[in-house]
Amino acid sequence: MNIFDIMGPVMVGPSSSHTAGAVRIGRIARRLLGSQPARADILLHGSFAATGPGHGTDRAIVAGLLGMAPDDPDIPNSLWLAEGVGMAVSIRTGEIRNAHPNTAVLTVTNTEDRTLTVSASSLGGGRVRVNAIDGMEAAFSGEYPTLIIRNEDRPGILSEVTRALGASGANIATVQLYRDRRGGLAVTVIECDEPLDQRLLGELSRLDGVVRCTYLDREED
Amino acid sequence: MAFASVRALLAAAEEKPLWRAVLEDDCRDCGRTPEESFEKMRVLWRAMERSAAEYEPARRSPSGLSGGQGAKMAAAENTLCGGFMRQVMATALMVGEQNACMGRIVAAPTAGASGVMPACLLPLRDREGLGEDLMIQCLYTAAGFGQVIAERASISGAEGGCQAEIGSASAMAAAALVHARGGTAPQMAAACAMALQNVMGLVCDPVAGLVEEPCVKRNVMGAVNALACADMALAGIASPIPCDQVIDAVAAVGWTMPAALRETGEGGLAGTPAGRDIAGR
Repeated sequence: MNIFDIMGPVMVGPSSSHTAGAVRIGRIARRLLGSQPARADILLHGSFAATGPGHGTDRAIVAGLLGMAPDDPDIPNSLWLAEGVGMAVSIRTGEIRNAHPNTAVLTVTNTEDRTLTVSASSLGGGRVRVNAIDGMEAAFSGEYPTLIIRNEDRPGILSEVTRALGASGANIATVQLYRDRRGGLAVTVIECDEPLDQRLLGELSRLDGVVRCTYLDREED
Repeated sequence: MAFASVRALLAAAEEKPLWRAVLEDDCRDCGRTPEESFEKMRVLWRAMERSAAEYEPARRSPSGLSGGQGAKMAAAENTLCGGFMRQVMATALMVGEQNACMGRIVAAPTAGASGVMPACLLPLRDREGLGEDLMIQCLYTAAGFGQVIAERASISGAEGGCQAEIGSASAMAAAALVHARGGTAPQMAAACAMALQNVMGLVCDPVAGLVEEPCVKRNVMGAVNALACADMALAGIASPIPCDQVIDAVAAVGWTMPAALRETGEGGLAGTPAGRDIAGR
């Protein structure tokens, strides 16, 4: 663990996992969607469901969806502020099989009717992990510049992607590959050490076999 | 690469101050310059100062369990512990309540234990007129020991009980206080070890599952324990059990703790009739 995981973050209380981590989950969903959600359905599981209201987990996730950082003093007012920007919010609790105790599933829709479902867990100390995007497995923290590429499952695509990254001078920290079935749709998650530029992202999304390329820049707080 | 043991941390601190060894390790790991790292830590120190300064005595937590206690402690007259200790206790309560009331704090190492570090450092800084850079060095010292605790044991109440949260914060603060007083690295390790020994086995039993009761008051205990252990270490009192072995024992005790005593809001104080009563409301 990095020393700034031990000391910090600066955050609004009361719980690094149930409040600060919850804000980060909301923020990641917003950034993956790429715009302000017009509506958000939030499912809370486990300890998030059991002690969420007392820890402000609901308000924290909504604050993140509004783009607030974990240290924003307006986090307690987020439900009210969401009304102000016209974001419809519904929050419910439920059981998700085999999920981490602090897990939320967020379904967010923007004004262009693009919908995205993100499952994420809060691991403690404010650190989070995305578990799945649109029902497809993925595991990343959002602490690194992260590429989420949806591609056809056929030979050579990963090598095309890594070649483009290498040519741009980007160093890959981790790579994960998931698919729904052989020859179906795959998700490639690549965490890099340094931020990636727009030109490279454009090149990646134009590669043959790449369906969609989403980029999550590093979170600094 | 983080330090895997206090022994490795002390070895790295033979040639240079311990805080500096921690800073340089962070820079290697994260690609930051020493100046960038130090300024990042300065931001945390200033946020810690604000977490105490922004305290509002009238603010209450959503449950109504927390608020106003720090102001009561600060106003108390003729305390048994004397003026300095009163300030330490009041600061721990204030920051703990700030956290419970959804105010802004610095997790050190967690939000529930966020009162311990500022309660130790701010009153000492005020009494002795210590400089900001020294306080930032203290945070590196604390983080260095905290990193080893997180690596070998835990800093999460859900994993290791309160000994992992308030215990870790207290041990980190004890080491930092030794640095503030110009003590040696082995004295820091002794202070850290003794602070953990004193809270060995402490369970995490928050009433209604909220980070309020007894968490806010345990910040007071963590701060007072840190000061006492730093003073013992500075007086030349050692721990016969090396710091790494104390940390490993904390981890082992944490594993044997039943789930009811690890932040589930079931056992301990949470399980008392009054605790259940509060949870019901």
